[in-house]
Amino acid sequence: MRIIIKTEICSGCGECVSSCPFDSIEIKDGKAFINEYCNFCRTCLNVCPEGAIVEIEDDQGGVKADLSEYRGVWVFAEQREGKIASVAVELLGIGRVLADERNTELSAILFGAGDPQAHELIAWGADKVYHASGLAFDRFSDEPYAQMLITLVQEHKPEIVLAGATAIGRSFVPRVAGRLKTGLTADCTALEIDKESGNLLQIRPAFGGNIMATILCPNYRPQIATVRPRVMKKGSYDPGRRGEIISVTGNSISSRTKVLEIVQETSECMINLQDAEIIVSGGRGLGGPNGFELVKELAGLLGGTVGASRAAVDEGWIPYRHQVGQTGKTVCPKIYIACGISGAVQHLVGMQSSDIIIAINKNPEAPIFNVATYGIIGDVNEVLPMMIRKLKEVKA
Amino acid sequence: MNCVVCIKQVPDTAEVRINPETNTLIREGVPSIINPYDLHAVEAALQIRDGIGGKVTVITMGPPQAEEALRETVSMGVDEVKLISDRAFAGSDTWATSYTLSRAIEKIGFDIVICGKQAIDGDTAQVGPEIAEFLDIPHIAYVKKIEDITSSSIRVQRMMDDGYDLVESSVPVLLTVVKEINTPRLPSLKGKMAAKKAVIAKMDMKSIEADEEKVGLKGSPTQVKNIFAPQTIKEKKVLEGNLEQQIDAMIEELGRMKCV
Repeated sequence: MRIIIKTEICSGCGECVSSCPFDSIEIKDGKAFINEYCNFCRTCLNVCPEGAIVEIEDDQGGVKADLSEYRGVWVFAEQREGKIASVAVELLGIGRVLADERNTELSAILFGAGDPQAHELIAWGADKVYHASGLAFDRFSDEPYAQMLITLVQEHKPEIVLAGATAIGRSFVPRVAGRLKTGLTADCTALEIDKESGNLLQIRPAFGGNIMATILCPNYRPQIATVRPRVMKKGSYDPGRRGEIISVTGNSISSRTKVLEIVQETSECMINLQDAEIIVSGGRGLGGPNGFELVKELAGLLGGTVGASRAAVDEGWIPYRHQVGQTGKTVCPKIYIACGISGAVQHLVGMQSSDIIIAINKNPEAPIFNVATYGIIGDVNEVLPMMIRKLKEVKA
Repeated sequence: MNCVVCIKQVPDTAEVRINPETNTLIREGVPSIINPYDLHAVEAALQIRDGIGGKVTVITMGPPQAEEALRETVSMGVDEVKLISDRAFAGSDTWATSYTLSRAIEKIGFDIVICGKQAIDGDTAQVGPEIAEFLDIPHIAYVKKIEDITSSSIRVQRMMDDGYDLVESSVPVLLTVVKEINTPRLPSLKGKMAAKKAVIAKMDMKSIEADEEKVGLKGSPTQVKNIFAPQTIKEKKVLEGNLEQQIDAMIEELGRMKCV
């Protein structure tokens, strides 16, 4: 497929230039010209008033693999210190939906941990668990994890492979896609099956969350995606569910990197941010680190956890691990209170699925109010002390 | 120590806005910048060179105008820059990009390859580890501190979701770095002069000996089907009265939600 500009029709009006999300159209000698940045997203096709931009199909070349021999949905079930990560359970939830729609099996891939964890994965919806245990897998290491997954994919040929978009998944899965020559879509927030083609529609934010893109991998298998934690719903837990556990070995797998030590850092907020039911977040409107004392106090009164916008983190008012948004954590609490956060899209993508959003901002035009359930227009440094005082009265 | 740093020129995504009528990005007036994480990668390489000697080569894959980004790194003090550019690279996804960059890095020669953890336009974080796979070298992602480095081994802190791992690797190795690793230096006056005069060397598909089936759109397993504006639909509730009355109403609501 290619997108070309019919120069004989092009009037050089420039409409397409500003429509292109990738900055790939320029006007040269009075005609539009598509440069190397083109991602073939087709946005410009409908923009041209002359109809001068057209898509042409041409043979992509190469020998196409037989895609029909690839069947089954796989979930890489991440564990840390022998515990199944909650993202693995979320992936089994969406994995079950996709597998049922494709009328196929759902398998979990477990590296490290033990038999009880393998059974847990079956209870959460897996039909099969491929379990590689042993010293090489207890602690995450890129090369053994990548090599083992590559071997299993080559042997069993799954159609879809999902992994968490975590520090682990985002580090080793690219090696797998690289070696297998197949597509990998990062950080998906929605997955669907295309009814017509049976392809996996992989939906993800791009440009700092300013746009959403649907990505396809039509000619290669498996279709691999990493999925943001906290966006997929867990399936139902049935301890009586039956499934098969298949032990696999990877004794000869070596690694050129070695984990010497695992350091867990003050887990209070890192863990709690994604599991929190109430989050009180602060942004640039707080005016400085002192403003965060108010946020912390309010969070304390409500039994919540402290979050922050990128602006506040970049200012150095609060450590990165509190950051909510595209480059921070995605959160989904029952109540999210945004204090002095204007609501840049990159922040909104990380918190807009919260059940109830309360926004406090002095600028009534701030985009945060577009997603807020309740909005209070006022200076946070005035509103927060008043709220804290009144909450204390109510509690007393 | 030969350090090769991969950088990307990106639109400043903090400045990008959506036109709600056409559902397209408004790119007018949005500046092109060096991907912020890549500045930390350049700084990390410069510190290695300044510490134990060697050379820093910065490369970028992109259209001719990406030359500007390379010039900026010259002003920070890097030794050499190369622009990897060819019409045939158009439409590259992460697979094809990683393949192409790995070919260029192989040609240049390297001990350590350093990338930013991700680019802010795509946020995939895939190209670094994928380059390592193509080069058949180990990688360590999300490096927040280099504790020790010699010609044959390196020890770093790798940021994890719940803390960090202390990881050792043999060299050659590829690192992707996070902001915490350092503060990028500002260009010096001498550097700015050098940047102005610098001749930007170019490498194309032929000179990196890339397989044309593996680059650009042909070499890309993934395709963008469509793009659309994010949905932000929420039920809204209005709080009545002056500020104090609004806060009272809010606290009452919080009470109803059993938070107080």
